[in-house]
Amino acid sequence: MEFPGLFNYWVAVVLMMAGFYIVIAQGNLIKKVVGLNIFQVSVFVFYISMGKVKGGTAPILDEGIQLYSNPLPHVLILTAIVVGVATTALALALVVRIRDAFETIEEDETDALEAEDEAR
Amino acid sequence: MTPHLPVLQVVIPLMAAPICVVLRQATAAWLLATGVTWSAFAISLMLLSQVMDGGVISYELGGWVAPWGIEYRVDPVSALVLVIVSAIGSVVMPYAKKSVEAEIAEDRIYLFYTMYLLCLTGLLGIAITGDAFNLFVFLEVSSLSTYVLIALSHERRALTAAYRYLIMGTIGATFYIIGVGMMYMMTGTLNMADLAQRLPEVAETRTILVALAFLTTGISLKLALFPLHVWLPNAYAFAPSVVTAFLAATATKVAVYVLIRIFFTVFGGVDVFVGLGAGKALMLLALVGMVAASVTAVYQDNVKRLLAYSSVAQIGYMILGISLVSVTGLTGGIIHIFNHALMKCALFLVLGAVSLRLGTVRLQDMAGLGRRMPLTMAAFVLAGLSLIGVPLTVGFVSKWTLLQAALEKDLWLVAAAIPVTSLIAVVYIWKVVETAYFRPVPHGAAEISEAPASMLVPIWIMVFACLYFGIDATWTLDVARSAAILLLGGAP
Repeated sequence: MEFPGLFNYWVAVVLMMAGFYIVIAQGNLIKKVVGLNIFQVSVFVFYISMGKVKGGTAPILDEGIQLYSNPLPHVLILTAIVVGVATTALALALVVRIRDAFETIEEDETDALEAEDEAR
Repeated sequence: MTPHLPVLQVVIPLMAAPICVVLRQATAAWLLATGVTWSAFAISLMLLSQVMDGGVISYELGGWVAPWGIEYRVDPVSALVLVIVSAIGSVVMPYAKKSVEAEIAEDRIYLFYTMYLLCLTGLLGIAITGDAFNLFVFLEVSSLSTYVLIALSHERRALTAAYRYLIMGTIGATFYIIGVGMMYMMTGTLNMADLAQRLPEVAETRTILVALAFLTTGISLKLALFPLHVWLPNAYAFAPSVVTAFLAATATKVAVYVLIRIFFTVFGGVDVFVGLGAGKALMLLALVGMVAASVTAVYQDNVKRLLAYSSVAQIGYMILGISLVSVTGLTGGIIHIFNHALMKCALFLVLGAVSLRLGTVRLQDMAGLGRRMPLTMAAFVLAGLSLIGVPLTVGFVSKWTLLQAALEKDLWLVAAAIPVTSLIAVVYIWKVVETAYFRPVPHGAAEISEAPASMLVPIWIMVFACLYFGIDATWTLDVARSAAILLLGGAP
């Protein structure tokens, strides 16, 4: 197999699994958000790699440009990046309010406090 | 005007949302939101009647022709979902005023209406779009606003519920775009109708198989299919009452619609259910979910959470209908989307009224409530009967259709599961009815009055709809059946 080969896709998969693992395994709410970000970024890498045509240039309508990369996945991912930023901002805002209300951002501690609320 | 109805359906609430932010005044924002939701309802009714008379409507956004530009596509299924979402969205509005004033801080009320309109935009957009990536954008518009709506509650557990929903919802939506990306890799198109034509050629490749797996899991997270439902009970239990009523009736239903769309339109030419085994898997999860979530509901003390678990069980019915892959089964699934929206909206609206007067929705605090709020609790009983599936209510129509579909395929065990879960529903609805009617009012309880008229009217509209469409189901069954036939037309 020629070297880069499917290199980009391997990177995407490793990032995806790493991010997903952090989301599941971490108890700290901020770390979970970071994991979620890594997870989303892996999808950006995946889309961007998909649109690249080997040897292709930027898609500009000009003399001498025959082979160009597919701009559509790149444009799509711009939208997804914006969505990702909004999600992160909202998640962090929620964490701030969780800290105000529970005075902790560790999941096991908020769970325990919630169980106390339940018992009341 | 008429040719532009599809885009107006989405654009009007979208434009009204930022205007609410500018208004900043609670009553003004409420008036605007009410006007907008009712006009969205009118538009969706016009679209439905156009579709039922004249067939599928295709609208090219910005005049760009279909596979390249974004297409809005209204067929009987999407028109029905549009009507459900906008009907619930508008009937809830008169109710919202009092309930929101009681549950949300005065200076945040205009933000509530902003988010409500954005959520409505997203849900309507999902139903109307014919483009797989555009659907993702609307999915995120509705999800992000939903997280905010839940977190607006004064209850601190709503914050963690919203956070958990945000994490799981984002994973679901991201899975969805991974799936869409893989389909784009193999076909070079994002338009659903175009994808449907190009997918059969490449259906055997591993990329498409993986895409289908990602799409199914991602959407199942969004629609709270057992066992991916863990975000739902707390989110519904601690969200403001209006939000719970609106979301329970619309959000998961729209996600079920997305699943139908992906399986029957996009993968319409591929044998997803038998060949790829998705039918058995979905049916199993639906059945386990129906039983497990119903049993869990029986043990709940918070009545809102009790109904939330019941929602998870009811989603099982819809998925069961889909997994049967027959016209009757799919009709049952689609009609249950409509019927369940009516009854769950009614039930959660009742709980909103209870929480306004009583300040709590815990079971033990509701003792003797039948005598203190007779009209409200009578609505609960009728909507509860509908949830159980008693004849002459909507619940009976959908369960009967599903039962017929299961018997058509000689699936006796599946058919047996439907009455069994209905019996469990009798248990948890009875728990509430017994407490409200047969327990004495606790000593020293504060004097409370019946819910205000602005709340009773929407509750009873929903209850009458439950009875009306239960007694005369011709119209709903016609729409659901023509939708089912259209969807299965593409399948081999």
